[in-house]
Amino acid sequence: MQALYAQLLVGLINGSFYALLSLGLAVIFGMLNIINFAHGALYMMGAFCAYFLLHVAGIGYWPALIVAPIVVGIFGMILERTMLQWLSGLDHLYGLLLTFGLALIVQGVFQNFFGSSGLPYAIPDELKGGMNLGFMFLPIYRAWVVVFSLVVCLLTWYLIERTRLGAYLRAATENPTLVRAFGINVPRMITLTYGLGVGLAALAGVLSAPINQVRPLMGADLIIVVFAVVVIGGMGSIMGSIITGFALGVIEGLTKYFYPEASNTVVFVLMVLVLLVKPSGLTGRAT
Amino acid sequence: MKTRIVASLLLGTAMSLGSVSFAIAQDKTVKIGALSDQSGLYADLGGPGSTLAAQMAVEDSGLTAKGWKIDVISGDHQNKPDIGTAIARQWFDVDKVDVVVDVPNSGVALAVNNVIKEKNGVYINSGAATSDLTNAQCTPNTVHWTYDTYMLAHSTGQSLVKAGGDTWFFLTADYAFGAALERDTTAVVTANGGKVVGGVKHPLNTSDFSSFLLQAQSSKAKIIGLANAGGDTTNAIKQAAEFGIVKGGQKLAALLLFLTDVKAIGLETAQGLNFTETFYWDMNDQTRAFSKKFAGRMKNGAPPTMVQAGVYAGLTHYFKALDALGGNPHDGVKVVEKMKSIPTDDPLFGKGEIQPNGRTIHSAYLFEVKKPSESKAPWDFYKLVGTVPGDQAFTPLSESKCAMLKK
Repeated sequence: MQALYAQLLVGLINGSFYALLSLGLAVIFGMLNIINFAHGALYMMGAFCAYFLLHVAGIGYWPALIVAPIVVGIFGMILERTMLQWLSGLDHLYGLLLTFGLALIVQGVFQNFFGSSGLPYAIPDELKGGMNLGFMFLPIYRAWVVVFSLVVCLLTWYLIERTRLGAYLRAATENPTLVRAFGINVPRMITLTYGLGVGLAALAGVLSAPINQVRPLMGADLIIVVFAVVVIGGMGSIMGSIITGFALGVIEGLTKYFYPEASNTVVFVLMVLVLLVKPSGLTGRAT
Repeated sequence: MKTRIVASLLLGTAMSLGSVSFAIAQDKTVKIGALSDQSGLYADLGGPGSTLAAQMAVEDSGLTAKGWKIDVISGDHQNKPDIGTAIARQWFDVDKVDVVVDVPNSGVALAVNNVIKEKNGVYINSGAATSDLTNAQCTPNTVHWTYDTYMLAHSTGQSLVKAGGDTWFFLTADYAFGAALERDTTAVVTANGGKVVGGVKHPLNTSDFSSFLLQAQSSKAKIIGLANAGGDTTNAIKQAAEFGIVKGGQKLAALLLFLTDVKAIGLETAQGLNFTETFYWDMNDQTRAFSKKFAGRMKNGAPPTMVQAGVYAGLTHYFKALDALGGNPHDGVKVVEKMKSIPTDDPLFGKGEIQPNGRTIHSAYLFEVKKPSESKAPWDFYKLVGTVPGDQAFTPLSESKCAMLKK
């Protein structure tokens, strides 16, 4: 029973990465109608950005939590301005192909320079060590990841669903022409939204750098699972993607305990089941 | 008149025969296929570095000066047996490749093994670990150069059990390699009076090990055996440190660890790990000289891993056999027989031999990862703690299950 508690907690930790990444995807899809396959590559860039900040500029983990998402977010906004914006109004497939191609290019370039085994990034001193919870030894850093990403997820949800800015955004997706008539710069808002989604991916990258290796394919391995999470939760649903992210982390954790061989397929099995029963996802609106 | 016709016919036959054997002896073209994981979790330990090692072996062989024409091509098997065999088939059928080298990932290596036997090519495997290549699955076309699971189990495994680590829990990569390594290590552990108390099979290329590590922790085993490689091993070691496993009194056994893995983990976390390799760049003047040349041509300046060194050494020996044959017969069995008849001697692995089952015998070295304070140069990672002579490190012929030995 104790082992079960531990697995639940571990699942929650992985779930926080799924939640952060699927949230960014949901924001981008909901507002821009783009299936952002470059999300994994941007997550990886976040981690590399943290690595460079530390090893080249001597800037540590805490500032990197803010700087890396901004840097990568700006990179994302440039992508949106120069490429993605031309795809608005076209079929989803175009955006998917473009971002997928971009992801391959970015990963290829990083791999060319840094190889595939990755670079080490140490846990910040303040978060080293762990505490004994009786049923498991919980590394402080992991606890921090869960709490921090939960806070970020809820803030993002609040920003989009409960503030005036969020209301503009949602209105702009519903009817861009009408919103523009009210004097709101819709293209700029869309660019900023893409930047926000990308920034969330980069933030997840910084958070994961001390846990996983900082390596070019770290996002490619994760992005497929995250897409399954988004599909299960329902494309474009903010709260849905947060909840599904955490929930699937837990389910995956339990699978690792009961039948480890299936741990990297369980998410996809669930995805198939959900698609069969409720094709719009658990919290998605039928379109 | 009649005798003259017969004589001229005989002469003509003799001339044409002569020209045929002349053509065989003079065929001095060789095509080498370096088949590896070029972009995944094993790309740094083999991958492009192995292709470079093959090219350097060609350059250093001196055969081009003797009129040989040798080409190296490379392929990416993506750790998938079906892709690996498809590439190998195309290489033999279309590209007329003579020898396939490297092939890390035991699953792919075993699948490719069958193709090469069928096509009568030469297979010099350096990257794969499974000892099955020279046991149950041995072929007259295969030379397994660098290391294998039997050797890893008997050096690292045995030394840990003898040092008091008598209860084991395995974290095993869920494919041919992990299974072979766990099997061979379990045999060593139980033979030395130890006990295996449990294990988990994890999917290949797992990024999060926390769940498996917690299970290992609650097993209370003294040794947690990592029957995995590359990115899986580095992630497991890194996260084990995070979960306080080593501080809690359990010891990690990295059954297979490469130079690039140590670099990826960082000395801070990796220090003190014991493991076995058959090559390290900083062993002697010859290995240092080769590694310096090699690193200078690598994009990230990395010295060779033992797998890449094995590609170089294996090919060097292959060229010796070709040179002795005086030409390329394009007959895999014949070339491998020649390779087995010549004792091996190269600057990287030293003196050794290839056994009748295809297993190359050379010394294995027990290393310990240095403390950060002991490391004086960028790739200065290992401390030599012991040497296992070749005849003790690898499967004795009497124990080998290779069918070719029963003739």
